[in-house]
Parts: sequence; C-alpha cells; structure tokens
Amino acid sequence: MAQSLQQEEYDVIVVGSGAGGGMATNRLANAGLKVALVEAGAFYDPADEEQRTQLRYPWESPRRGASTRRRPFGDYNSCIGGWDLDGEPYTQGDNTDFRWWRARMLGGRTNHWGRISLRFGPLDFKRYDSDGLGDNWPIGYEDIKPYYDKLDKFVGVYGSNEGLYNDPDGYFLPAPKPRLHELYYIKGARSLGVPVYPMRKSVLTKRINDTRGVCFYCRQCSRACGVHADFSSSTVLVYPALEGGQVDLYTNHMVREVVTGADGRATGVAYINTEDGSQGELRGRTVVLAASACSTARILLNSKSSQHTDGLGNSSGHVGHYLHDSTGASRAAFLPDLMDREIYNEDGTTGGHVYTPWWLEGENLDFTRGYHLEIGGGMGMPSYGFGFAVNQYNQYLGERVGGYGNGLRDDIRRFYGSRLSIACRGESVPQFSNYCELDPSVVDKWGIPVLRFNYQWTEHEINQARHMQDTMEELLTAAGGILLGSKPGADRDYGLTKPGEIIHEVGTTRMGDNPNASVTNSFGQLHDASNVFVADAGTFVSQADKNPTWTIMALSWRTSDYIIEQMNQRNL
Amino acid sequence: MDRRETLKSLLLGSLGAGVIASTGCATNPSSNRAITWTSLPESYSYGRTEIEKEYDEALFAETYFSEHELLTIAVLCDIILPSDHPNGGALDAGLPEFVEFMVKDRERYKLPVRGGIAWLDTYAIDEFGADFINISEQQRLQICDRIAYQDVDDPELQPGIRFFSFMRDLTLTGYYTTELGFRDLGYQGNTPNVWDGVPQHILDKHGMAYEEEWLEKCVDQSRRDITAEWDDDMNLIS
Repeated sequence: MAQSLQQEEYDVIVVGSGAGGGMATNRLANAGLKVALVEAGAFYDPADEEQRTQLRYPWESPRRGASTRRRPFGDYNSCIGGWDLDGEPYTQGDNTDFRWWRARMLGGRTNHWGRISLRFGPLDFKRYDSDGLGDNWPIGYEDIKPYYDKLDKFVGVYGSNEGLYNDPDGYFLPAPKPRLHELYYIKGARSLGVPVYPMRKSVLTKRINDTRGVCFYCRQCSRACGVHADFSSSTVLVYPALEGGQVDLYTNHMVREVVTGADGRATGVAYINTEDGSQGELRGRTVVLAASACSTARILLNSKSSQHTDGLGNSSGHVGHYLHDSTGASRAAFLPDLMDREIYNEDGTTGGHVYTPWWLEGENLDFTRGYHLEIGGGMGMPSYGFGFAVNQYNQYLGERVGGYGNGLRDDIRRFYGSRLSIACRGESVPQFSNYCELDPSVVDKWGIPVLRFNYQWTEHEINQARHMQDTMEELLTAAGGILLGSKPGADRDYGLTKPGEIIHEVGTTRMGDNPNASVTNSFGQLHDASNVFVADAGTFVSQADKNPTWTIMALSWRTSDYIIEQMNQRNL
Repeated sequence: MDRRETLKSLLLGSLGAGVIASTGCATNPSSNRAITWTSLPESYSYGRTEIEKEYDEALFAETYFSEHELLTIAVLCDIILPSDHPNGGALDAGLPEFVEFMVKDRERYKLPVRGGIAWLDTYAIDEFGADFINISEQQRLQICDRIAYQDVDDPELQPGIRFFSFMRDLTLTGYYTTELGFRDLGYQGNTPNVWDGVPQHILDKHGMAYEEEWLEKCVDQSRRDITAEWDDDMNLIS
C-alpha cells in the first residue's frame, strides 16, 4: 500500500472508503486535489481470483455458505465485518440492545448492501412540517435533486418512472421482469388496492460506460461482482480514482482522532496501523469523515483538545445524538400454487424485482411516517440451511411432517420455490435521547475508547410494526399464501427489529442551520471547524423509509463540490 | 402413490448396501462394523482472509467425535438419505464428514449431537440390548419409525424426535449443497445468463401474464449492450 512521506500535506484526507468516502475521494481527486484515502480494513477486489466468491458453488465452502461470526450474512458474502469484531467491542447503556454492524475492508458496507437505491422525496426532508416531530432538514429535495440526477447516470440504477410525488422519478436503466412469485404478489396486492412497481436497484441491466460490465443475472451482488455490474464503492469509485494518480490509499489504517491546531482547525488525522500497531499522523488541509455514522461520531468524540473539550464539533453537545435506524419486520407464507414447480433459472438480479413504496401518506394512522415492502422468494441456489424442515408444509396438506428415506427427495422438489416473504423497512422518529457516547471505561485493542449505545423505540415505531404485521398478513393471504409461524404480538413489539439491525443507522452528526442544535451545516461542514466535513449518513436529519446509500452518495457529491468551490475561493 | 409405502420399501432395500458387515454379534461392541462414505476435501480455496484460513484449518485439525459417534452419524445419514438412487445418497455426498465439520464450526451444535447419539444408544440398549449401530437393521428402522415424525406425542421420545429432526436437516442440507444434490434437484442457476422473465409456458400454466404496460418498463435484452442515454425528461432513448 501507499506509504507516502509523513511530511506531505494532502489537500484532503478522506476517512472511510464506503459510499460516502468513495464518492468524496472520486470527486475530489477528479478535480485535481491530492487525496489521502484512509481505510481501517484491508484492500479488496472482487475480480481477484484469490478473493472471489461470486459464482462459487456451495460445495466449494466446507460450511456450504453458512454464516460465521466473521461473515454473518454467509460464508460467501463479500463483506468482511459484522456485529462482533475481534478486539473492537461496543457497550450498551440502560435498557439498550443496539446492534452495530461494521465493515473492515475497502468499499466498506457497500460490499454487502442490497443495492436498493431510493431517492428521498420532497416530504422526506420536511417531516417536521407534516407531523411536528423531529426537525426539518436545512435543505429540500430541490437542493439534492441535481445530485441524484448525476448519480443515476454516473453509477447506474434500474427502476421506472411512476410520477410518484414522494418517490421521485430518475434516470433509470430498464427494470428486470418480475419472477413468478412476484407475479403472485402483484396479483394479491392489486386485489387489495396496494400498488406495486419495479424495484430500484444499483445494478446495470444495460451498459452505462466502457469500463463496467452488464449484469449477467446471478443474483449474487452480495458476493461482489467481478465485472462491476453492481455498485460498490471500491469498484465504481475508488479504483477509477486510484488510476488518476491523485490518491494515496492507506488500508489497514484506523483513524483514532482528528488532530487540530491552536486555531481549532484540523491539521490532519492520527492513525494506528492495524498490521503492526504503530501510530502516526497524516497531515491535510481538510478532513472528510466518512467512517459511518457511529464511527465518525466516535472519532469526533475522541478528538478532544483545549479548543474542543467535549470532542471536535461537539460544542452543541449533539454529536452521537439523534442516532436512528430504519424499522423492520418480516413475515412469510407457503404458496400451494407454487408447489411442484418446473425448475428453470430464476436467479435474476439480487433480491426482489418489485416493491411497494409507502402508499398511505396522509392517512389517519396511530403512528407517523411510512414504510415500504420488499418481496422475497423464488428458486434460489441451495446453500447451508436448504432442506431444513424439509416437509413442514405437509401440515397444511394433511400429511405427516418428518420421515426419512428417498421420499424426502420428492418433498424437496415439491416445496422448492413455494415460499413468499415480505420484509418491511420503515422510518423511525429521530430522538435526542437515542445516542451513542464514549464509554468512560472501555477501550478497544488499540486503546481507543469505544462507543456505548443508548436507544429505545417509541410508540410510533411499535405501532408502525403492528401495522406492518397486519399488512403483511393481508398481502400474503391475498397472494394465495398460507401464513407461516405466528404473528408477533405486543409482548414482542410486533416483531420490530432491534435498533441497528437494519444497518441504516444515521443522524449522529446531523446537519442544520442552528449551531446549537446541529453538528454540521447543510454541506456537512462542522460548525466548530470549517475544514472538517462529514460525508456519511451521520448528517441525516431524518432517515425516511428509504435505504440511505443513494442519499449518502448524493450528499457526499454535493459536499465535494462545496469543498472544491471553497478551495477555489481560498476559503479552505 | 402411497409415499410412506414407497419410503419403506426403498429403505429396507438400501441399508445393507451402506452398512457393510452388519452380521456381527449385536452384543459384542468390539465387532467391526465397516461403513464407507465419499470423502470431502481437506482444504478449500474460496476467497478467505488469512484469519479465516487459520480458523478453518484449526477446525479441520480438531477431533471432536469419537469413532463410535461418527459411525452412528454415518448410519443415521444413510437411513435418512440412502444411496440406492441414481443420484446417490448421503454417504456418496460426503456425509458424515460434513456433519462433523458443521458441529465443530458451531459450538452450539456440539452438545445436542453428542447428547442425541447418547440418547439413541441408551434407547437402543433399553429396547434391543445393544447400542444403535450394533442392533439389527430392522431394529434400527423400528426406532427411526418412532422418532422420525413430529406428531408423536410420547414424552419419552421427544429428545430422540428432536435429534432425528436435526440430523435430517443436516443430512439434507449436506446432500443438496453438493453436485449430486444439484443434479437430484435439477437446479438451473448460478451461471451467467441473460434473464428475460418467466418462460411463457410456465406463465400459461399459472394463469399469469406480463402486462404490456409493465413490460414497457423492462429491459429489452437485445439492447443491453447499447450504452444508456436519456433525454432531458428522464426517458431512456437508447
């Protein structure tokens, strides 16, 4: 890896190589700035045979793709990271069970995301105006729309223009056709008046340039694509930036803190080389933090100095606060109509080809803010877990569950691809009282104080989860399904996921015009240090029910343009 | 077809092929019982980090099961998915080594499998005077008939039912994630292709059809290699 002279001063030091850091690196380097990209994890390239997991058969893994602590989403998932990292703990405050997913690799969490790419809509930036909760963003859809537009063309996203006010149109690539179970879902949803549209995903169903390939329909974006037909930060943003010669990449470098000078402005970052434990500093005119919402908050809180006694950017006391994740709930059904299927290749693109955006805006409900529905099913590739509870659906057919012998082969084929599932992803209401902070007594193996989480859902999220459960039952039944399992009740918060579990955590360094109630301005620039920026989801004022990656990148691009402009004007 | 009858006839005809030299004295634990299975690779290369490689190597090197336990697992796997089939059975697909690896990989599996085998032996001794692998095939199947189904209420059998169910899960997942299992299932995917929707005859069979309006939003696969261009109104024009 690049080891340039420590004396060199970079124009920009970017911390973190995921969606936000990758975009900032790409845009800033493209503008001719000298960039240091600092990543805590190792180098990664899915086209490297040594690292490839795409198109591998289950028997190439001794555990057949089963999850491990180091790959919680399965042995073939490309993302190296998880809920539980070696030597990097986090702790829980009172009544808290927060789940924190961290990636440790080039490209960060873009190596495992579902590629669902939903623009926030006009309402999503002004939720306070509609329900009086939380706060409005200091920007609106019109500010970010030009960046979504550029992003669509630059990175590529399939979908369809539907003219929906809060799910705006875009420059979409054409959508893949629905699979058979999705047609059943569409039919059922239509009968209930629930709309269904093509999904929006950052997968190239059509060529967008000469450097990236076109999707060959293996359904394995989560394994990272060797022809770069899906979006991950490394393949689409970082590698092209490295080719320009403007970027020094520092992998296995964990940033501990931002170093500030006597004037309170940043002079660089202090890091630990995770391979040999040595420490050092990089010097830069500006610092862009994109380590992920919570890691960026941690770096800021650990950056204490005489000018920044409570941590950098924290004069408002807001760093770490307003932490919020998407809500989630799921349910599945057995579709007798899909028994004894003729088997054909139904892999398609990753995950679902159709979805239902929030369709009850303005309805009188006992919760505020909406959710969307993601559809699962199909004849996927067998991996660890395939064949478990092989003939459990016999209970619905009046036959015995269990047995042994070659008859089980018939059961396997009979029920293959007969499951339909729905996953809901919703918007939660940001709370000041949900936050991460430094644990006063616990450090990680590098000696860096770790985060402690404090988080409780409110009635809004719990009531929303109840609504999700009712909706999923109606939709699955309308599709011809027999519901599986039991409907979770109040004792289980209606199946509401744990905070953090959906891995959409945002809000820890939220943007705003008031320096007493926010950490950055609308460009992600710290109110307290003009040459430090945040380019990850920490700046989100509210999360919407949309997956955050597309908005992280649009905001990071906007921040990058602002940095370039301010440098040209000699303000930075 | 009466599935249960088919099941039995297939099983009775098959077990002898998997378990060789099963004529040994049932009460003599030293009687040699040979059972053969296809071996799995001892190392794998599939995009691991150094730490992961070390972890897997340590698992391969670890001995957890006794020979008796491994033989019992093999006999059970063979009962669950016998080899008298054109696509082979559990023993042809590398069970029980797969079970052994998974149990070592997942600490929480260790006790249930060890305890399950011990339960099975205790039950076999009580009923037939010898541990599970040293009773006759007919006796083994008698026990399996009692613990292979979920609807059996006998409280005494519940640990066995739970164990057998778990062994069935591991056996089927271990088999269907091999080439033999892929062939048996007829799986068609995991290969580069140009997916263009559900085949027409399958749509017809299910009484489904793609709507014109929806298809207009979908990819024209004949133009997938033409670089995307849009007009200013967000319409794809290439």
